[in-house]
Formats: sequence, structure tokens, C-alpha cells
Amino acid sequence: MPRIRVDVDGATYEDDVEPRVLLVHYLRDRLGKVGTPVGCDTSNCGACTVLMDGVSVKSCSVLAVQADGRDVTTVEGLGLNGTEHPMQRAFHEEHALQCGYCTPGMIMASIDLLRENADPSEEEIRDGLEGNLCRCTGYQNIVRAVRRAAGEMREPSEREVAP
Amino acid sequence: MTATAEGPAAAKEVGAPRKRSEDARLVTGRTRWTDNITPAGTLHVAFLRSPHAHARITRVDTSPAREHPGVVTVLSGSDIADEQGALPCAWVVTEDMKHPDHPPMAVAEVRYVGEPVACVVARDRYAAIDALEEIDVDYEPLPAVTDMEDALAEGADLVHTGLGTNKSYTWVFENGDLDAALRDAPVVLERRYVQQRLIPSAMEPRAVLCVPEGEEFTLYSSTQIPHILRLMLATVTGIPEHRLRVVAPDVGGGFGSKLQVYGEEVIALLLARRLGRPVKWTESRSEGNMTVHHGRDQIQRLTLAAERDGRIRGLKVDLLADMGAYLMLVTPGIPLLGAFMFNGIYKMDAYSFTCSGVFTTKTPTDAYRGAGRPEATYAIERLMDELAAELDLDPIEVRRRNWIGHEEFPYETVAGLTYDSGDYESATEKALGLFDYDALRAEQAARRERRDPVQLGIGVSTFTEMCGIAPSRVLGSLSYGAGGWEHAAVRVLPSGKVEVVTGTSPHGQGHETAWAQITADRLGVPFEDVKVLHGDTAVSPKGMDTYGSRSLAVGGIALSSACDKVVDKARRVAAHLLEAAETDLDFDGGRFSVRGVPEEGRTIQEIASAAFTAHDLPDGLEPSLDSDATFDPENFSFPHGTHLCAAEVDTETGMVRIHRYVAVDDVGKVVNPLIVEGQVHGGLAQGIAQALYEEAVYDAEGNLTTTTMADYLVPSAADLPHFITGRTETPATSNPLGVKGVGEAGTIASTPAVVNAIVDALRPYGVHDVAMPCTPERVWRALRSGSGTGGSGAPPGGTAPGAGGGLGSEGGTR
Amino acid sequence: MIPATFDYVRPGTVDEAVTALADAGEDAKILAGGQSLMPLLRLRLAYPDSLIDLDRVDPLREIRDEGDTLMIGAMATHHQVVRDPLVREFAPLIARATETVADPAVRHRGTFGGSLAHADPAGDLPAVALALDAVFLVRSVRGEREIPAADFFVDWMTSAMEPDELLLSVRIPKLGAGWGAHYEKFHRTAQAWAIVGVACAVRRENGTVGEARIALTNMGSTPVRASEVERAVAGGAVSEAAFRSAAEHAADGAEPPADLHGSSEYRRHLATVLTARALAAAAS
Repeated sequence: MPRIRVDVDGATYEDDVEPRVLLVHYLRDRLGKVGTPVGCDTSNCGACTVLMDGVSVKSCSVLAVQADGRDVTTVEGLGLNGTEHPMQRAFHEEHALQCGYCTPGMIMASIDLLRENADPSEEEIRDGLEGNLCRCTGYQNIVRAVRRAAGEMREPSEREVAP
Repeated sequence: MTATAEGPAAAKEVGAPRKRSEDARLVTGRTRWTDNITPAGTLHVAFLRSPHAHARITRVDTSPAREHPGVVTVLSGSDIADEQGALPCAWVVTEDMKHPDHPPMAVAEVRYVGEPVACVVARDRYAAIDALEEIDVDYEPLPAVTDMEDALAEGADLVHTGLGTNKSYTWVFENGDLDAALRDAPVVLERRYVQQRLIPSAMEPRAVLCVPEGEEFTLYSSTQIPHILRLMLATVTGIPEHRLRVVAPDVGGGFGSKLQVYGEEVIALLLARRLGRPVKWTESRSEGNMTVHHGRDQIQRLTLAAERDGRIRGLKVDLLADMGAYLMLVTPGIPLLGAFMFNGIYKMDAYSFTCSGVFTTKTPTDAYRGAGRPEATYAIERLMDELAAELDLDPIEVRRRNWIGHEEFPYETVAGLTYDSGDYESATEKALGLFDYDALRAEQAARRERRDPVQLGIGVSTFTEMCGIAPSRVLGSLSYGAGGWEHAAVRVLPSGKVEVVTGTSPHGQGHETAWAQITADRLGVPFEDVKVLHGDTAVSPKGMDTYGSRSLAVGGIALSSACDKVVDKARRVAAHLLEAAETDLDFDGGRFSVRGVPEEGRTIQEIASAAFTAHDLPDGLEPSLDSDATFDPENFSFPHGTHLCAAEVDTETGMVRIHRYVAVDDVGKVVNPLIVEGQVHGGLAQGIAQALYEEAVYDAEGNLTTTTMADYLVPSAADLPHFITGRTETPATSNPLGVKGVGEAGTIASTPAVVNAIVDALRPYGVHDVAMPCTPERVWRALRSGSGTGGSGAPPGGTAPGAGGGLGSEGGTR
Repeated sequence: MIPATFDYVRPGTVDEAVTALADAGEDAKILAGGQSLMPLLRLRLAYPDSLIDLDRVDPLREIRDEGDTLMIGAMATHHQVVRDPLVREFAPLIARATETVADPAVRHRGTFGGSLAHADPAGDLPAVALALDAVFLVRSVRGEREIPAADFFVDWMTSAMEPDELLLSVRIPKLGAGWGAHYEKFHRTAQAWAIVGVACAVRRENGTVGEARIALTNMGSTPVRASEVERAVAGGAVSEAAFRSAAEHAADGAEPPADLHGSSEYRRHLATVLTARALAAAAS
């Protein structure tokens, strides 16, 4: 059984894993990081989206062994300094979630989107989130939240600095 | 500010766009989805499911699977036949309704693809799923029954041989003289519409965890109905109700699909009892698409009679409703919820409704967002556009000539309901303004004139619905198995903080926020001082749970009443402490004061402390402010609104794009406008999805071919338009808060608005209908044939899955 | 759902990969980006004995200018391809089509070579490779060989590669000045597979069409070259009428599939409409 070493949300883990174990199951069942949920089995829904080496991936479509030597950030790894990530805050402020099941993936995908495009238009946000399904919100407030977070992240000085 | 005996005069929370308290854990991943909970020693369950739509089970060999490493036990339906009981149907709609036995795991016969046949219990989910492949089942295939009309024909193959028929029931409602209305009617429209089968697709797949503690059991489930589920599990298994605790932890959406008592929940309980260890089952999406109950699936035959001036004489509705293979919790009643809604907001003298429930070898149907009312609203709103076209009237005008005027409320409808309030004129005016109706009509005319390949259509939907389910007496008269009340309790803690216990069971709606807003205002305490508890039968002892847009209109009123009782108790303590008569006290902003001497007063927190120490209470008063209340509404509530959709139709390809969408909803008084708007947005998305994208497709052998999200097309952000929303506010008169409910309105209203827009775009081409979902191919075919495609509704390209990448199982066998 | 068990090999070099593939036998699968394979494994529609993961064979991710051709390494991710300046300059059709593949997270993992080796006629890139006369460089322990795109796609999800052969890279003849390109994808939702797609490149010459390359997605068991249309537009006017007339032949000889998203008849119709549009967009 291969041994892997993965950084997840700021901690390093070493584990023996069966090759077939999906990254999302490794996170949930082995590391207890249940903040990242599973919503489908065809990589359509995006609920399990995490960042691997800084870019978004669907953790149901990556094997845990493929994360060997990589750095994984889940929704639980945001705001580890005690303040929420601007994207988390924006989702709250704009009522961009209802049941919240898609939210971890949606937030991670949105962070990735802003990494590539700091000031996206509504259309660019909608296209950029095409791989993340939400059944509650109709997406409109998610779009608003991403725009709000983009604004805050471009001009962090306008926000009070976290202690 | 004048305070009154009714309560605080200054409402500051109700009506305010409070950001939700729920979000803190949801945006950080500190969630409690059922699958997140894994007590030590938890075993994992996987189900083997029928690959046949209909077959006799002749042999099940579980022995090889038992040898698989990590497997604890393997059980077939026959192994637990004596203890598994039958899944309940709580709505026996007619005395002679055919109601077949529904074992949680099939024993002798399977009747839909996906029906559980056996289960594996193992140390982890991987081992459990691996061992499924070692179970050997012999089936003797029986004929699939996939078409409702064929199923009712003489000599049809039967789903349940013992019943002698595929018809479960026929239910009739009639009012007025329909024959007279039809006789010599200047205009008679006859239409046949198909409500395609939908898969609710809540983002959280189902999951259930059952933890045994001696002879007692705690069952965690991704359910909308912890209270109903507890009672039903007790009934099915014989485990006494007080030995069962049901918890609905964080629940990731439901839309009706988790208003159910599922076989997997029963089996999990039985396994926990057998094994004495926690057992958990978590569904995969492809499993869920086959086994979560489906929604809609009706064939509607409609006859509308009208005068030349557009006034409706009468309406005849003849429905076939697909029950699927079994009757589940409220399966047979769902289409009947529409019986009272086919007349919509319109006046007419005669109405006839007949519905037959039909068994097929498909996944059972049951409640899906709107439940019976979207189907009815679709029919009448499509008919109104057809009538307008027939008479060459503007679709808004033909509605104006028929709708109930705002001065006519309360109004008893032809379907026997009393609409308490409404103002269709105002909502329509507002919508027309937001939409810029005249400009879009001009744009439409210009495109027609220049034969633009991309035509524009405008669809109207002036809808109402009945929600706030429901007056218990009405439910009783419809032979429903339970009441429609709701319960709330308010606990005032010694520090003056407040715990609210509600019988509603939110799964995304935001009750923790909205209920705190109501409480804050009624008690005059800060919003932050209120904690809302729910979803656990050990914490919330009574409730009828969340569905049918009932939580606020019923549960919110119960909460408000409970708060008022707290204030009444507090008033007695305050009067005692202030040495004043109760009638001389004002209550405002959480403080009692002696009228005319405002500096003499006690806050509700001080009174809570006094009640806690109980050192100095009036004689005969219990040392507690805690109160509870149960509210049973006298009437439904009737949200309404006007939705307008402009759709572009590419006449070369059939592709539809929504160009503008305006929704003006009147949901009565609003507790939290942020939440209301969110509910409308989400409802629109699902209603639009029915019009354009979603359909559960079965092939002739009864195989579901849309088992994954690659073929069952749930729209993404890129597929949906920006919505323009507005509100009018006509308070409900049937409850003291004036609220109506908003959970289903968007879904109910939007589907006909979109299809009306598509048909409107294509009328110059002779098109009068396009079957749903209005796929590009269906639109293109309608254009080519120059008529409608209101036929069977089967996808014109056939039923084979279309996903690439080999995901379509059909493709995999090519 | 959860994959069945398999052996896992993670070679670090091309040689190791080729050797591993030879050793593993016929029931081995190459794991490139895994974005098509992982769902198949999870649904247990594929049961490989072993997976050979190319994730760490970094040389295969290279995109290189080779003079008249562009070499795209098999493991270049879609994300990488879309942003690569060489691809954007010399093979804009690839960039355009790749942008439409799945979604951003999938494009981060999914690879150019993986999509092509999967040989799914509903995938977007096979038609593009066919239209551009790409050449596939494959290697086994027996040696290297080149396979022209016209021979590469054999049947539904079947390529001309032998089980022991590994796709190393794809050579794309550069399209220089005067060429325009467009990928016209027609699908019901953003995530859905193309009902029909048209990959099209057009070279304008003195106000006429000098040359056109057109291939169709999901119009048969392999991507389909619309040769009749290419011939019909060559030397003709750059006009919508001419394109429409030529595009009438788009589905000639094709045997499109029928499924719940579209009948064969509808796909034939779409091919004509979309080909005309793709020509117009590419020529503009």
C-alpha cells in the first residue's frame, strides 16, 4: 500500500492508502476533514472542490495517492489566522447559500476564479462556476458574493486589518 | 411610542434583512451533515439494487459476499421479511384505493430499477460496496409497465398482479354545471399537457446513521421530517416511539424528496438493532437518482370553455398521475393538492377535476417542490395564453378579464377554497413596469417583421398557490393521516437569554435566523440573545416538520403565540414587582413600565431572573416564564404574483435563451427580505429547469437512463439568467403575522412563464405547444411540423443516455 | 460510488512508463488527468487491473515550437493549453475548443493527450485534432511511431494505439497568418457534452476562402471530417450565403448517434447550421 505525505490545511499527514482511495474520502474518512462533502459521482457537481497546489480540483476525481507531496487546502483551511476569508464573508453577507451543501466547493472554486481574474464580470463569474452546482440559490447571490469578495480582495486596505 | 397590550409596538427585526446565523458553520465547513457523523465502531451499509424494472426474485445467494474481508453481515429481503414491515402511505385518498404492500427490501418481486434487494454491512464503505458484487441474485424478468395510458388499457401487464389493475384510485371533485358551461360555448380549448418526471436532486445525497443504546435508538437522517419519521419508524418496526430518537442534523436541501420514510431508514434501524452497533448508509448520486422519490409525471387532458370576450365559463381537468411502483408517504395525495389550484386566480362557474393514480414499474413519485400545484398552475397558465391567442387578445388582458378583483376578497373559488386576500392588479402592474413589457412587445414585432432567425417570445404567469399546509380539519376531510398544526416552545433562561424550540425542521431555509427575528420582536430581546433549536425529537418534542411552504405560516405563528404567552407570564411578575396592576403596565422594547411613570420598570431579563430565583413571585405563579403553543391554521395561505419571461428562440437550432425574467411575488408580510428573495431565486431556478432542462427518462424496458448528473441536467450558473425580482405586500388575513409562505412560489410560477414565452415566440410558425423540457430538438421539431409536440413527451432522439466519456451506459455497451 | 481495486504505478520517466505499460498487460489503463477515467472507475464502468499514473512524468507536459509544427505534450493540462502563447498564436482552434471542455477544476487536471487517447467522439478535442491534421507520437517498448489523426480515431472510444503504446505528444501543423479558427459547440447546458460540435479553421486569401479545415464532434463513432464542405468552400466567396450552401453537405456520409439529447436526424440538421456558423466565425 503506497505511503503518501500530504499537507492539508497547514498540517502534514503521512498515511498508507489504498491506491483507489479518492482524495475526498481520504480527507473525510482518514483525516476527519468532513467540511468537504461529496455530491455526485461524475465530477459534475463540484461540492468536493478543494485547492491542490493552489488550483481548484474536484477531490472526488483525484486519487489520494496523486496528492502525495502536494499541498491541499479545503474550506476548513481558510481563515486559519482567525479571520474569515473574504470569500467566506461575502457568501454570508450576500446570502449566497441556503442549505450550504455546495458552499465549500463553491467558495473554493470562487477563490480559484479570482486567482485568475481579479475583477470578473457577472458573465465571467457564471462561466467560471459552471462546474459547481447549487440547488437552492439560483446562483444570483453567489454571483454577487464573488463580486463583493473580488472588490474586497483587490482593495484590502479598505477593510480593517485583522488582529 | 405607544405600547399596547398586544405586544411591543416597534418591530425592528421582522422585516429586516438579517444576515443568517446558520452561515457561520456552513461557510467554514464545520457542518453536521449526517455522513459527517461517525461514532466509534460505525459499520457501513451498501445496498444491492434491482437492475430490472420488473422481475421475480427466484434466488439470492449472499454466502460469497459474507466471506469478503471486512464484511459483518449480508442480508436479503427474505432474511428480514418477518421484521421489516411495510413502508407507510399516510394518505388513503379514496376508500377503495389500491394500496400494495411495500417492503423496505424486496422479497419476492422487484418493481423498479434501483429497488433494494439485499444489503451488505461492513467495516467501511469500500468493503461494503466491493462485497455487493459477490451477491448472486437470479431474476425471472416480468414485463415492464412504463406508459400510463397503456397501463390502463384492457389486458395490460400488471405492476401488482394481485391488485388486478394498474389503477390505484380515481378521485373526483366537481362544482357547478360543467355540461352547461361547455354547451354552446363560443370558445372551447382542448389541450393535452405532459408534466415530465423530475428528480428532486437536493445537493446532499441521502444518508442515515442509526446508533443503538441498549433497546433505544438514535437515528440521524438527512430528512425533512424527524417527527413524522419517528412515528412512522415506530409504526413500521414496532419499536416503541419513546425508545426512538430521530435527529435531522444539517440537512442539505430536500425540496420534498426528504419528506419521506425511506426503506433505507427502516433497514438501518433494523440493522442497528440486530448488530448492536452504529450503522451508516450514504447514498451515491447515481444510486439516488434511481431511488429518491421522483416528482411530477402527469398527463393532463384539459377542456376550457370561454365566452368570445375571453371570460371563462368552466374548466374540465382529467389527470393521469404516475404513482410509480408503490405508494409512498403521500404519493397518492400529491396530484390532489393541485385539484384546488387548476382554476388559478380566475373566476368561473363550473369546474370538474378527475384524477386517476396509475402504477408503473418506475421509481415511486411523491412531493417535489410545489407538489401538485406547479402542475395545476402550468395547465391553467398555459391555457390562458392559448385562450389569448385564440381570441387575439393580449395575454395580460385575457387574465384581467377573468381574475378576482382585489375588492372581491375574501373570495370563494370554484374549487371550494376561500382566498383570503390578494391584489393581482398591483403585482401585475409592478411586473409590467419592471419588465418594460411594451418595449419588449415592440422588439418582438420588429424581429417578426424582419424574420430574424432569433425570435423573441413573452410568457406570462399570473399565479397563486395554496400553502401553509394545513388546517387539520381540511386534511382530515381529504383523508390525510395526520394534522397540519405546528408547535413551538420558548424557554427564557435565567440570564434572560432565550431558547426557541420549533417543530419545523429547516434544511436550508434559515429558520434559525427568521425565528430569532420573530422572537426578538415579540419579547423585546436582542436578536443575538435568541437561539433556535430544531430537528431533534429529544429537543423538539412535537412538530409536523417542514414542507408545503408551511414553516412560517404555521410554525412561525405558533412561535409568535408562545412568545405572547411568555410576555403574559412576565407581565404578572412585573406587576407584582412594580406593585402595579397588570393593566397599568406598558411593554415596549423588552421592558415593562408603569404607564405614565416610564422610569419605573423591569426588563424581561430582570423578570427572568426573578422567575428563576422565585424569591418573590405572585401567589400561585409557577417559577418560570417558559411557554409553548400549538397553532392550527383556519385556512391555507395564498401567495400570488406575476412572472414575466422573455425568451429568445433560435429558429435554426431550437435553442432557447432567457432574455429577461421578472418575478413579482406577494408573499404577504415578510420577516426577512433577504431570505425571501433567496427562496424566490432558487424556486425560479427549479421551475425554469423543468421548462428547459430536466427530465427523468426511462427506456421501454423501464431502465432509468438519466442516472447521473451528466445526463440529468441540473442547470449551473452559466445556464440561468439574472432575475429581476419585486414584491407587493398584501397581508394574509388568516394569521396574525399576515405571512403566507415563499418556499414554492418561484417554482410554481416560472415553468409556465418560460414555456409560454417559447410558444409565443413560435406562434407565427403555427406552433401552439412544445413538450417539456423544451429541448432544442423539441423546439426545432415543433417549428418544422408547424404545430405542437404535446404528445408523449419522450425525447425525440430516444432514451439512450447521451453523456460522453463513456458515462452513458448505453454508450458503454456499443 | 467507489472504484474497484487496482494496482498503481507512478513512473517518473517516459521509459519507466512505457516499461510499466508493457509489464502490466492488456488490462492496464493509463491515468493521465483522470477526468474522464475517474468517473468511469467510480461508477465501475471500467475495471482496470492496474493504473499507470503519468502525473509525475513532467517532460510530457511540455509545449514546444518545432518550426512548422507545434508539439503539445500529452500531459499538458487543458488549463495550460488554453493559456499557452504558442497555442494561442499557432493553434487558436485548440485554445478555443479547449476552453469549452468541462469546467475550470476539470481543466486543471484534465490533459490534452488524455482527452485524445480517450477517443470519445463526444469529446471536443478529437474533432479539433482531425481538422488540424495533427500527428500522434506514440511509444512502446517496441519503439516509436507516428499516427496521423485521420488514422488515429478508429471507433467509439477506440484509438489506433496498441495496448502497450503510450501517447507522448501531438504535433500540430502551425496555422500562420491569414488563418482564422472557431469551435462551435452546441450543448444543452454548460456542463453537458456537445450534441454536435464543429471545429473549423479557415484561411482567407484575397477575399476568398483559400482553404478550410472542418471536423465534427459527436456525429459518429469517431470525429468526422467534413471534406465535402471543405471542398465546396475552397476558392469561393467569404459570404454567409456561400457558407450556408456549402454547409448543406456537412453531414454527408456521417452516421450520427441518437440519444436523449438528440436524434440522428436532428444532429444532421445541426451539423449544417453549426458548420455554416463556424465557417462564418472562423472567416471573420
